[in-house]
Amino acid sequence: MAMLEVRNLKKYFKNKAGMLHAVDDISFTLDEHKTLGVVGESGCGKTTLGRTVLHLIDITDGQVFFDGKDVSNPSKKELDDMRLNMQIIFQDPYASLNPRMSVSETIMEPLKIEGRLSKAEMRAEVKQLMDTVGLADRFENSYPHELDGGRRQRIGVARALALKPKFIVCDEPVSALDVSIQAQIINLMLDLQEERGLAYMFVTHDLSVVKYISDDIMVMYLGQMVEKAPSDELFQNPMHPYTQALLSAIPIPSIHNRRERIIMQGELTSPINPKPGCRFMDRCRHAAPECVEAQVLEEPSPSHFVACCRSNKI
Amino acid sequence: MDENILEINDLVVEYHTDDAVIHAVNGLNLTVKRKETIGLVGETGAGKTTIARAIMRILQTPPAKFCGGTILFEGQDIMKMTEQQMRKIRGDKIAMIFQDPMTALNPIEKVGYQIAEAIGLHNKVSRAEAEIKACDMLEMVGIRSERYSEFPHQFSGGMKQRVVIAMALACNPILLLADEPTTALDVTIQAQVLEVMKSLKEKLDTSVIMITHDLGVVADICDSVAVVYAGEIVEYGTLEQIFDYPTHPYTLGLFNSLPKLDMTEPRLKPIKGLMPDPTNLPQGCKFHDRCPDATEQCAIDPPGMAEIAPGHLVKCFPKGGE
Repeated sequence: MAMLEVRNLKKYFKNKAGMLHAVDDISFTLDEHKTLGVVGESGCGKTTLGRTVLHLIDITDGQVFFDGKDVSNPSKKELDDMRLNMQIIFQDPYASLNPRMSVSETIMEPLKIEGRLSKAEMRAEVKQLMDTVGLADRFENSYPHELDGGRRQRIGVARALALKPKFIVCDEPVSALDVSIQAQIINLMLDLQEERGLAYMFVTHDLSVVKYISDDIMVMYLGQMVEKAPSDELFQNPMHPYTQALLSAIPIPSIHNRRERIIMQGELTSPINPKPGCRFMDRCRHAAPECVEAQVLEEPSPSHFVACCRSNKI
Repeated sequence: MDENILEINDLVVEYHTDDAVIHAVNGLNLTVKRKETIGLVGETGAGKTTIARAIMRILQTPPAKFCGGTILFEGQDIMKMTEQQMRKIRGDKIAMIFQDPMTALNPIEKVGYQIAEAIGLHNKVSRAEAEIKACDMLEMVGIRSERYSEFPHQFSGGMKQRVVIAMALACNPILLLADEPTTALDVTIQAQVLEVMKSLKEKLDTSVIMITHDLGVVADICDSVAVVYAGEIVEYGTLEQIFDYPTHPYTLGLFNSLPKLDMTEPRLKPIKGLMPDPTNLPQGCKFHDRCPDATEQCAIDPPGMAEIAPGHLVKCFPKGGE
């Protein structure tokens, strides 16, 4: 049984112009020790997906199972229990920390809310956590503004780890950081996964990072999952035209083996009241009349899902 | 082709605040040839933006202070120009694309007018002629000229950045300073914008200084590369020299930090430590405390620029040479 199972998850936002389909019928499973990468352009709903799974925002429709238990509509008590196992690391290490709380207060807060440990135990635990994420003791009483982005993100990681969760949503945790610092944080997250068997849902727009860190990758377009496959398989054999274009746009830091770019015309269309057919149709170079029909997610090879009626013809 | 249009010699820029002096640019030398695209690569706080703003002379003084060096643009020292002379050059011969397209445009002016304004300021043309030229520029960056009268909020991020590019190129500048022009954009839109920039610089014979932290962008668009660390150029060479024979330990560290698509190692190899504090730069080589190959000498003497191959400069002591 998978640790996390998401079935037909939907999140719509009401808007003056109509219904904004931020997450539209997404299903997946995630096991311990595994990382699911979620990629897509800004506005495709990847952050909303992460937040909806954690129940930071209410679900419009669909179900979320954690350890076999339906947590789609949790009571206050169930939600509290759920949060012990599910945490999040936010994108912006500048905005996600309370500027008036010191490093140790920030990391201690989840422990305080949990209320299981004594004060002395909590202090010991915070020390331990700071050590785990590589923050020196001398920063214990520092405030976020005194620290650089990399160290702030380490606080975010320590805070997420405080309650020993099994599952962490990582919402672009390294995109605000410089490459040398980014590599430090990614290594830290991989080490922690190995030690603790954590499952990550890694939301990002950086495709080189996602390839490196993920077991499976889901590609999202306007709220829908258009393709999902094991990481290597997706990069070797992308089947959806959108995935193909997305992968070809990755800037490669090498001057050899440069690939032909597929330049997509236009930009994301509006996710408000989308038409039933393929949402990528207007930008797709393989679009055909049958694309106006609703696209069905198929599994042409084991564990490789794609939602494109023309994927076997191109 | 080999004519230098910009020569920066020993440029030093500091920021003076109440309690500290920030050493942003420390003795920088750089030349830009006609039609050349040079990449200025480095991490946050390396001084890349300060360099660009110094060339445009749009640094706010104070707190910024020019403490030495010359910036020769077509043989004339920009530092010695009057503000009036500078205003003629700015936007006409030297133009700049800013990092954030969301804040670079005036939200209450039509986008077309914002382009026409620059044309009208620098050329003796009528309003109608400026408008026609502005429409041409919009078409050139792939925006229909019917959208002349729309406002910035009606455009997406990628479109706004194209408007900014159209504005910067409207007067056929000799030198274009592009400060992280694609950093705020998605990879797909980044690819579109880079294509536009590539075709336009060909068409208009513009030299470009491309400021970025993304080595992928550099590989795509640049002819030569300068790697900047703590306000200095630590390595300089052609695209091939930097990508095939990176030599400075910092350049190597940057390449090793990147996850590569064909990578099989279980862990990345980050550069240890952090950027040095610019108010308190280390003695000797500024990279020595993060450098895996540092020797005692590195902590005492700053290394000079050494030419290890024709045109390939590295600011590091030769390995095993002391």
